[in-house]
Amino acid sequence: MLRDITLGQYYQADSVIHKLDPRVKLIATITFIISLFVVKNAFGYIIAALFLLSAIKLSKVPFRFMVKGMKTIIFLLLITVIFNLFLTPGEALVSVWKLTITKEGLKSAVFMAIRLTFLIIGSSVMTLTTTPNNLTDGMERLMGPLKIFKVPVHEVAMMMSIALRFIPVLLEETDKIMKAQIARGADFESGNLIKKAKSLVPLLVPLFISAFRRANDLAMAMEARCYRGGDHRTKMKPLIYKKRDAFAYFVLLCYLAICIGANLLVIPGVIL
Amino acid sequence: MGIIKTDKLVFEYIRRDEEGNVEGITRAVDEVDLDVAQGDFVAVLGHNGSGKSTLAKHINAILYPSEGTVWVDGMDTAEEKNLWEIRQNAGMVFQNPDNQIIGQVVEEDVGFGPENMGVPTAEIWERVEESLKAVGMYEYRRHSPNKLSGGQKQRVSIAGVIAMHPKCIILDEPTAMLDPNGRKEVIRAVRALNAAENITVVLITHYMEEIIHADKVFVMDQGKVAMEGTPKEIFSRVEELKELRLDVPQITLLAYELQKNGLQIPAGILTTEEFVEALTCL
Repeated sequence: MLRDITLGQYYQADSVIHKLDPRVKLIATITFIISLFVVKNAFGYIIAALFLLSAIKLSKVPFRFMVKGMKTIIFLLLITVIFNLFLTPGEALVSVWKLTITKEGLKSAVFMAIRLTFLIIGSSVMTLTTTPNNLTDGMERLMGPLKIFKVPVHEVAMMMSIALRFIPVLLEETDKIMKAQIARGADFESGNLIKKAKSLVPLLVPLFISAFRRANDLAMAMEARCYRGGDHRTKMKPLIYKKRDAFAYFVLLCYLAICIGANLLVIPGVIL
Repeated sequence: MGIIKTDKLVFEYIRRDEEGNVEGITRAVDEVDLDVAQGDFVAVLGHNGSGKSTLAKHINAILYPSEGTVWVDGMDTAEEKNLWEIRQNAGMVFQNPDNQIIGQVVEEDVGFGPENMGVPTAEIWERVEESLKAVGMYEYRRHSPNKLSGGQKQRVSIAGVIAMHPKCIILDEPTAMLDPNGRKEVIRAVRALNAAENITVVLITHYMEEIIHADKVFVMDQGKVAMEGTPKEIFSRVEELKELRLDVPQITLLAYELQKNGLQIPAGILTTEEFVEALTCL
């Protein structure tokens, strides 16, 4: 049923990672992604892998949920690997017809694959352990300083959370309209791509009209409950840093230091 | 002066054709005088287009009068500086339960009003707890509003309004989109609030059954107040109600028909119990 759809991909569990402040998780994810592109040798990737594995272990989310996210980028991953493999100039290893695999190509293909895989799994750890609501709150707070440059941070966060709230409502509505149109003889299934796209018009038009009507009603209901933007507003669930958050920042800092240290390291005998 | 008072309230809107030319002016509300005392349960009846919703939106300062004045708790709604205090004092519950719940979790939605008012965090939690308990939705506080029934959603909306500690709440056809069970749930919650917390209630509806417990009833037609009085007084005027295209409750209609045919039954019977009593007295 459309009603039971869960948004994002939050996985309910009782773990340290779940309890961390969303701001910590956001910053950690960004740091981790940057670190992936900073490290230059295999040693750095081993550290990144260890960091990621311990985060997964601590989050108590089954590993298969992490890999789920990989499915969507498998195609992109393959293309990246193939391009890197064949199109990097350098010392030739194998040569078939016009295609040559070079030593440098092999190296960058492997690194690219590792980077992308870690990137997706790393951000999955964040989205799996943080509710969309918490994530929005965290972003609002992190982007707070942008208010000086007149960026409507609160408004954007409010829009995001309203969108999240209304996605299931609109999905249900889509289902209803679809059934109503099918009952009148509409056909959403058969035909080629163009015909299918055309058949969506009688679905989208009523959906848009109803969405605007809802928006109008909601705006009125919000104003009736004294909503007047982000100023003078207090929070029911304010974000407050706890001890474990400070510790997490410390761990993150250590990780970053080790990564940078690893770059300077040259292990004799290791080619990569 | 009562908590809500209107003096010769007029609201006009301009009708336009497709090119935007003025076609004419419609008076949605026409010289309405209303006076509601603190703690009253007032019902406003009327068929579609009678102006009852437009009237309700004036009390919450969503619409401003074209002519005349509206006072809420002694404050003129036309004055800008009173706006937020009026909206806090006169909470409003709308018809469609889906389009007025903002939070993704029940408790967050109830906290939305107090958050906007700048209430400190600890007090928000207290208010949320007591309002959810008042409407009997406390055990659902961590649920997603999408998974609640219509009646439950409306009760959450009511909790969201009372968390702002208003002096009165205006309910604009809160039961129009609900099934009979949901309707009963909501009306029971509203009556309990009125009785226990002494909150003034203005209930706008076109269901006759919902107004039999009201202290006072206003019947609206074409923007004007056509009838006003206690439910008993209103329901004893069956012919007039029929002219206004309103249905009286079945039991009242039965009593009325029997009376017309010569049976000695008092006018304006509202409940089955009353009817049984009247019959046994014969």
